[in-house]
Amino acid sequence: MNTLFNMIPSVLMIVSPILITAVGGMICEKSGVVNIALEGLMGVGACAAASAHVLMEGAGLGTPSIWISLAIGASIGAIFSLIHAVAAINLNADQTISGTGINLLADGATIFVAQILFNADRTREFRMGMQTDALGIYPTAYIALTVVLLAWFILYKLPFGMHLRACGEHPHAADSVGINVKRIRYIAVLTSGLLAGLAGGCIVLTQTIQYTSNTINGRGFIALAAVSFGRWRPVGVTFAAFLFGTAQAFAIIANNFPALRVLPSEVFNMLPYIITLIALVAFSGKNYAPRANGKPYIKGAS
Amino acid sequence: MKSVEKHESLTNRLLSSDGAVSVLVVLLGFLVGTILVAIVGKNPLNMYKAIFQSLSGYNIDNGKMNIRYIGETLNYAVPFILCGLSMAFAARAGLFNIGGEGQYIMGLTVAQVIGLLGPQVSGLHWILAILGAMIVGAFWGGIVGILKAKYEVSEVVSTIMLNYVALYLSRIICLQLPGATTYKTANFPETALLNNSLFQKLTNNSMLNNGFFLMIIALVVYWFIMEKTNLGFGLRATGFNKEAARCSGIPVVKSIAISMAIAGTFAGLAGGIVALGSFRYGRILSGMDNYGFNGIAVALVGNNTAFGTMLAGFLFGMLKNAQALMQGKQIPKEITFIIQGLIVVFIALRSAIAIYLAWRNKRQLQREVLTK
Amino acid sequence: MEYAIEMIGITKTFPGVVANDNVTLKVAEQEVHALLGENGAGKSTLMSILFGAYNADSGTTRIHGKPVNIKDPNVATDLGIGMVHQHFKLVHNYSVTENIVLGMEPKTKLGLLNIGKAEKRVAELSKRYGLHVDPQALVEDITVSAQQRVEILKTLYRNANIIIFDEPTAVLTPQEIDELMEIIRRLRAEGKTIVLITHKLKEIKAVADRCTVLRRGKYIGTVDVETVSEQHLAEMMVGRAVQFEIEKNPPRIGEVVLSIKDLFVADHLGHMKVKDFSIEVHKGEIVGIAGIDGNGQTELLNGISGLSAVASGTIMLNGNDITHTTIRKRIELGLGHIPEDRQKHGLISDFTISENCVLKNYYKAPYSNKYGLLDEAKMIADADILIEEFDIRAGQGSQTTAGSLSGGNQQKTIVAREIHLSPHVLLVAQPTRGLDVGAIEYIRKRIIAERDKGRAILLISFELDEIMNLCDRIATISKGSIVGIFNQGEVTEREIGMMMAGSKKDGENP
Repeated sequence: MNTLFNMIPSVLMIVSPILITAVGGMICEKSGVVNIALEGLMGVGACAAASAHVLMEGAGLGTPSIWISLAIGASIGAIFSLIHAVAAINLNADQTISGTGINLLADGATIFVAQILFNADRTREFRMGMQTDALGIYPTAYIALTVVLLAWFILYKLPFGMHLRACGEHPHAADSVGINVKRIRYIAVLTSGLLAGLAGGCIVLTQTIQYTSNTINGRGFIALAAVSFGRWRPVGVTFAAFLFGTAQAFAIIANNFPALRVLPSEVFNMLPYIITLIALVAFSGKNYAPRANGKPYIKGAS
Repeated sequence: MKSVEKHESLTNRLLSSDGAVSVLVVLLGFLVGTILVAIVGKNPLNMYKAIFQSLSGYNIDNGKMNIRYIGETLNYAVPFILCGLSMAFAARAGLFNIGGEGQYIMGLTVAQVIGLLGPQVSGLHWILAILGAMIVGAFWGGIVGILKAKYEVSEVVSTIMLNYVALYLSRIICLQLPGATTYKTANFPETALLNNSLFQKLTNNSMLNNGFFLMIIALVVYWFIMEKTNLGFGLRATGFNKEAARCSGIPVVKSIAISMAIAGTFAGLAGGIVALGSFRYGRILSGMDNYGFNGIAVALVGNNTAFGTMLAGFLFGMLKNAQALMQGKQIPKEITFIIQGLIVVFIALRSAIAIYLAWRNKRQLQREVLTK
Repeated sequence: MEYAIEMIGITKTFPGVVANDNVTLKVAEQEVHALLGENGAGKSTLMSILFGAYNADSGTTRIHGKPVNIKDPNVATDLGIGMVHQHFKLVHNYSVTENIVLGMEPKTKLGLLNIGKAEKRVAELSKRYGLHVDPQALVEDITVSAQQRVEILKTLYRNANIIIFDEPTAVLTPQEIDELMEIIRRLRAEGKTIVLITHKLKEIKAVADRCTVLRRGKYIGTVDVETVSEQHLAEMMVGRAVQFEIEKNPPRIGEVVLSIKDLFVADHLGHMKVKDFSIEVHKGEIVGIAGIDGNGQTELLNGISGLSAVASGTIMLNGNDITHTTIRKRIELGLGHIPEDRQKHGLISDFTISENCVLKNYYKAPYSNKYGLLDEAKMIADADILIEEFDIRAGQGSQTTAGSLSGGNQQKTIVAREIHLSPHVLLVAQPTRGLDVGAIEYIRKRIIAERDKGRAILLISFELDEIMNLCDRIATISKGSIVGIFNQGEVTEREIGMMMAGSKKDGENP
């Protein structure tokens, strides 16, 4: 039992970025825009944060460098998501294609930047990442908690949240009472980009020492699955993120159980993806998606 | 007045033609890529020199000609085209198959397994291996189709999950193969290989192999099924309007599963061809080859047609072949990924063109009405 | 006369169509003004401009005498204009109160939503105008006429004194229509100005003071409702003399072709929508099912056609039990279907006419050979014949894409396809919805012609006139079961209306 208790900080470390991204994805989809570019947005955030941090570290900036890097990662994520926002909201593009394009673009752009800055296929290794607190828990866990609570509050307690949710269910109804659907969707998409970038920064600063093309490795899609599995509600999404994150953490945790060390590590690597798949099948929650999800809003056509 | 009208209708016609739009999008992608290269202080001309060399074999800088480059470009094109067909076939049936990567990996794995463990009978061996690759690809794609058709699980997420499962599964399996180290296995027996000595002579020992013919056959099969058979008719109907197809008696669940299975077959074939055509030994994959992902862009640019996919596949093959050359000229090879990503994003904006055209027509109509 | 609304010289174009062509509308203060026209005449567009949903290309608008520029719904709302939409703009999983206050929510001092205050205000308004609603009910759980009351309350919450009703009676029973007319009279008495968009002449005569007629985007004229006849209104609307009654011979009825017994069908959420439903349709007759939308008609057709699984009961077609067979098998056994939603179920917009015509039999000879190869030439040739016979107007003949056809021609294509398959039974749902008068006449004549050829026809329609005129026998469906079934001429519209609401003939309540 003690070992299980000791696993909590590792689980939190892995769950936090997934949860942050998932909350962003939830907000975006609740406003009616599908965003499968979360993977790529996490990537650009991670790359930006890693690059910023190693450069600032080299310049001797010390601890504030971590927080500045996170902010930079979040900002770059938001800026990149602008492409998806313009494509999906102003130009009525197919949101799945646009999202896929951004993932491909992010793949290329991140390593491209690394090549330009560091002459390698990855960012330079930094020496010191984020530090844990006395309990061994990274600050990212508290960031994640704040993000979830803030999202819940805004979505369900403030008029803005009520407007946002209406945009995702029945944008024509929202428009007819004077709500600016396009503006709200822009905010939602940029928020999801900001949170995904932030999450990417969290991953790179807590779990590794540099950004490579394998850093994100599908976690953006796992976050997307968590949104669907969590039925687009804060409580459900949190639970889903924990479930999937724990499956991921298992690969590390398995080392503590001699019986499991017999299996090749790849079995544990596969686990989060298989569990996600099974969860999606067992609990196909299609009926719970916001009704106007993924459909471009065209004025007047009803 | 007349010449203005004529000009307008030509623009209209260009913009409504899908082929012209694809060309436009590719040019745009290259334009932005060029600007990007210039911004970071490198010479865009080097990028084009590399691309030219990969296409024609001719090195502008030193005037030497090496026909091997053409062979390699054609060889690289094969998996791009096949993975493009995989995405395109599913797309015609209304599905977004981003699982081409996983289907490719499974095909590659099974081909390697049969290549090393199968009967070393000339002529039979590689055929068995390729068939195995196709069958497992069909299976890997078919799962997605069934999940979507019966359980409404979005193929966008399920395919990505299966991609990663395939990668790790491939590692587990291949690490058990004879002679396995951390990154490769023992060499394949001659009977398993796809190499073609005529090609090797013609193209100065490039890796161009029999897979090229298989690809041509695949293209014809794709076109034939889609346009000429009643299977294709039912799939296209399902892709355009699932509900109307269902109401007309078309078995939609079966169609979705079949189309994903066929899509998986194309990608699995690609994996098998790369495994036994471009390499002499099996590989323990440490990452994804990305043919599957690039297949998405190929299909989009090719507008899901056989001919378009072929052209787009050659384009991407040419770009990939140019990567090493670019790297040699100090240009990060990732610029090709960026160009591909931009192309996909721009393709998504096809609907923007519809908006633009509608706006133009409306202005025209307004002018007519208000001047009456 | 003091005018509440003056719209002068309004022109509005969309890609390919002039929706409003120099239209003028003048609505007096405190009157009920009807806006009459066929589908596509431009009435909704004109009112959408008034409500700020669209901006006119040219023309001026004056509200209560003052020139205004209504660029979006917010401006319209500030001016006191409210709209009760035809397709309700309500968020399905929000409560009545949340829908009413959306966009104008009362807030606490800290800026949070104050739903309690909102509910109080809704209750006040509801009482004052006699519009009964449950402030906390979810919109998806209340009846359609209650949803309409919520739409009306939305406008009153925003202090509207000009209220536009867009085709409000399409979804109501005759009794609910009477209630709505009462509500409109009461609103007028309270000082509101009402604009009623409709194509139903009876309602105009019942409640309107004056009526403006539009036809194909152009202004035709404004008349005093009391002094004008329905016939004259119809002629203004269509542009020629209109035949109201349909001529048909008495039916020659044969044996039972379609037999449905004790049928139970659920909707996609699992609620049982068809309960204990039994009916028989004979060769050569048209059986109509009257009822309000939502009483199980959709599920009934889904069950018979095969789109939905049947929970229990049997369906027999010419002695074959088709209760659980595939859709394709039912089509092969002779079941034809002209679906309710032609764009969702009837046609594939991206396919050409010739491809659409073979959707149900492309896999059989003569369109496919035994190897699965298509014979495109034959498909095109047969389609050309159908286009000729059914007078389908298509720019590129059989190669025209279905999506570019007008509503009437799309419907003709579907009808042509179904008839070409020579079905024993024809299921027909809302055959004339959204069509202009010419197409409506043609489709109705065709249905009668097929009945005379000996087909068994089951017709479902929300237009009571259509059912009463076309059908040989009329059944009424309410809450999933048949409430009464009568021969044509044996029952009045009023009696059907009561049955639609659930009570049996002779005033019994179930």
